[in-house]
Amino acid sequence: MLSRIAESLYWLGRYFERAEDTARILDVHYHLLLEDRWVDEEAAGRALLEVMGRPISYDLPCDSVMVTRSLAFDTSYAGSIVSSLQAAWENARGAREAVSSEMWECVNAAHEGMGPAVARATGQMPHSFFGWVKERCAIFAGLSESTMSRDEGWRFLVLGRSLERADMTARLLSARYGETWGQAGWVTTLRCCSAYEAYLRTYQREVDGSSASQFLVLDRLFPRSLYATVRQAETCLVEIEPSTARPGTDDLARRRLGQARAQLEFSSPNDLASDLPSRLSYVQKRCSEASAAISEKYFRPAAIVEWSA
Amino acid sequence: MGDLFASYLDGMLSCAGAWDEMFDMPGAPAMAGVGPATTDPRPVHLGASDLDGDKLGREVLGHEALGREGLLPRLHYGPLHDVLGTLSAEDYQARCVARDRSFRDQGITFSLSGEQRPFPLDLVPRVVPAAEWEVVERGVVQRVKALEAFLADIYGPGQVFADGVIPRHLVLSSSHFHREAAHLVPPNGARIQVAGIDLVRDELGQYRVLEDNLRTPSGISYVIENRRAMTHVFPELFASYRVQAVADYPAYLLAALRSAAPDRAGSAPTVAVLTPGVHNPAYFEHSFLARQMGVALVEGRDLVCRGGVVFMRTTSGEERVDVIYRRVDDEYLDPVHFRPDSLIGCPGLLNAARAGSVTLANAVGNGVADDKAIYPWVPHLVRYYLGEEPVLANVDTYLLEDPDIRDYVLERLDQLVLKPVDGSGGYGLVIGPKATGEELARLEASVRSNPRGWIAQRVVQLSTSPTYTDEGFEPRHVDLRPFAVNDGNKVWVVPGGLTRVALPRGSLVVNSSQGGGSKDTWVLAPTGDAREHLAARSHQDRRPVGRAATPRMLLGGAPPLAGPGGDFSLQQEQQQQSRDVTC
Repeated sequence: MLSRIAESLYWLGRYFERAEDTARILDVHYHLLLEDRWVDEEAAGRALLEVMGRPISYDLPCDSVMVTRSLAFDTSYAGSIVSSLQAAWENARGAREAVSSEMWECVNAAHEGMGPAVARATGQMPHSFFGWVKERCAIFAGLSESTMSRDEGWRFLVLGRSLERADMTARLLSARYGETWGQAGWVTTLRCCSAYEAYLRTYQREVDGSSASQFLVLDRLFPRSLYATVRQAETCLVEIEPSTARPGTDDLARRRLGQARAQLEFSSPNDLASDLPSRLSYVQKRCSEASAAISEKYFRPAAIVEWSA
Repeated sequence: MGDLFASYLDGMLSCAGAWDEMFDMPGAPAMAGVGPATTDPRPVHLGASDLDGDKLGREVLGHEALGREGLLPRLHYGPLHDVLGTLSAEDYQARCVARDRSFRDQGITFSLSGEQRPFPLDLVPRVVPAAEWEVVERGVVQRVKALEAFLADIYGPGQVFADGVIPRHLVLSSSHFHREAAHLVPPNGARIQVAGIDLVRDELGQYRVLEDNLRTPSGISYVIENRRAMTHVFPELFASYRVQAVADYPAYLLAALRSAAPDRAGSAPTVAVLTPGVHNPAYFEHSFLARQMGVALVEGRDLVCRGGVVFMRTTSGEERVDVIYRRVDDEYLDPVHFRPDSLIGCPGLLNAARAGSVTLANAVGNGVADDKAIYPWVPHLVRYYLGEEPVLANVDTYLLEDPDIRDYVLERLDQLVLKPVDGSGGYGLVIGPKATGEELARLEASVRSNPRGWIAQRVVQLSTSPTYTDEGFEPRHVDLRPFAVNDGNKVWVVPGGLTRVALPRGSLVVNSSQGGGSKDTWVLAPTGDAREHLAARSHQDRRPVGRAATPRMLLGGAPPLAGPGGDFSLQQEQQQQSRDVTC
């Protein structure tokens, strides 16, 4: 498959996942503040903006409207929902012949509908906007699942999605809601990953910090746990290029992801509880190195040659 | 008759004698008596009065007493007219909304003054009876064959010059004649894998060629998408017709591209479509064709040439490419040979093609054969190479190097269209009836100083077809671009084509960038129901047969011609080959 197309599909997966995860987080964050008046709105907002890589000056007020505007609607911030959907559309457009017509229509309809959806949301109802984003992303995921061959293109799409999901889960955990607000904070964190109900079914008891972080980091079955996403990304890489080297692997990206996975897979729950932040940053770092290695290896940016007469 | 046709007759009367696709002009004997098929319906030397719009208008006005009931659809439009006549404006608009939704969701839009709009498809199809189409098809095939032979000749032995059929200086001085293509013999002999021949119907319903597009003609994706949209939003219109399918075009194109592969490539050549990129106005079409053919869509930066071989950069290394269906203009294709500042081409491409390791389709240098100064010669080329009479006539054209013709044209600048031979996109074109005195004076000076640089043409009133407007259906001018695919053995014409329509009242400009739209073009199957059979027969009787321009007209003498006058705008603009631009 063309390197350029592979790159577009990788980023298509990443941007859609980013839009979806951001919508989940904001949806929970916004309504948490409404439901629970004990939560310090200002501090919660700052913490969220911080982990999303968009810290705000202490001179400015940081209420939930501000946070929503910044992470959902700000077109000047590349990580916002609208920017992510725009970037997803641009990537899909460049790879149109490589995705199914239905997937393209879904991406395009999301792009077309963004203006009206934003207009509706700014009139007091951000929830409808987040719902709309999650729905578009779900349709996209469903269509890619049901209309795409499991070829290289599919693997790059899933690879991008998995790495982004791992990154978002790690970021969310780094916001340390649990440490700040105790149990309510952990419930919020689980909800942001749509993991609350899955958690309850798994543990069948009320939420506590150590089991919640265990679930989000180590669970083998829940598709948004850090371990499951890193594992998924690793599988994609293996399928793209099965290793032929006798000692280990000669693929740098795989090595990085393998290190991250092993770090997670073989830690004990106690290690995790005592040392969560440094472990999270280790995994995040390995994932971003893997991403760089993937670009280097597969996307091979061609230098533009300009000829002069 | 439904309300939506209420003001149609008035519209027809204001179109100054243009041929209407759906309706016979009520009781107009002049229109019915086109004459026996073997002779030219009109004298070669037309007096101004013969084609005078006013005169035709008066004749029609004389029949206005017939009233609106006098407006009868041509036979092959009967069932369509029956359905459309029963529609209310609300019903029709609901379908327009469904159509726009469908185009928007698929991203089939174009930008008009900064706003993305759905591709403008008028929902009233154009119906072409089988017998009428047979002529168009034969004419297009003939033309493509002759132009293929011409290209092979001028980039090869040059026999056509030796035989004195066409002046050598005229061909060699064309800006689209590329020495780089000389003696580059394509593996299967085909240089014109895809051709779009622009046709118009004149005042007597005769199809005429307005322009040949042999470089990168675009629009076929709209032909296919229009049909798909029509079946979605207007299924009942198809009930009474057997319409020939257009959707297998990509399969024919792929077959033609594969058969153009170098012998070395064996039985499974690698084909790619080369696009300038997502910012190109025709990008939708490029990706559509790549998707429908199942081949890679590459940009210049995805390709690399090494040692006379072209590769694409893939995730598993470099993959050799055998055939490139390129939608990048010659000038931008290869910075080594052409524009050095091109970023959308790939250096080394042409050397690889010359080395025979890759086939470029369409071939480099085709532009010389669709050059405007060559156009008047095409009927001669048909006779010279094929030994046949041209099936489709040209629009009457004057070359201005002969002093007698030049003087004749200069006296009538206000009645003719003047086109610069190197112009594109309608640039520099002057419509006599619309020009001011000052413009005409400038034009005259320009023609006198460079007669080789201009051609003059009669202003053709394009035929009209019912088109939905806020006031219901009104006649609007249309043209037709059929597409031909040449696989080296056979030239195949898509049964259909892009009918473009000028949406503003009275306008002759069908460019979508200037408010033009399109229509689905229905070519009826040869063995249809009785109704269609009748329609076909009645058309055979008056089938217009091409008339070749006389050598005298091209090379000397002063045939008096005049435009019908009236409110004309730039019709030639539409005819420009849709040009890929740098992104």
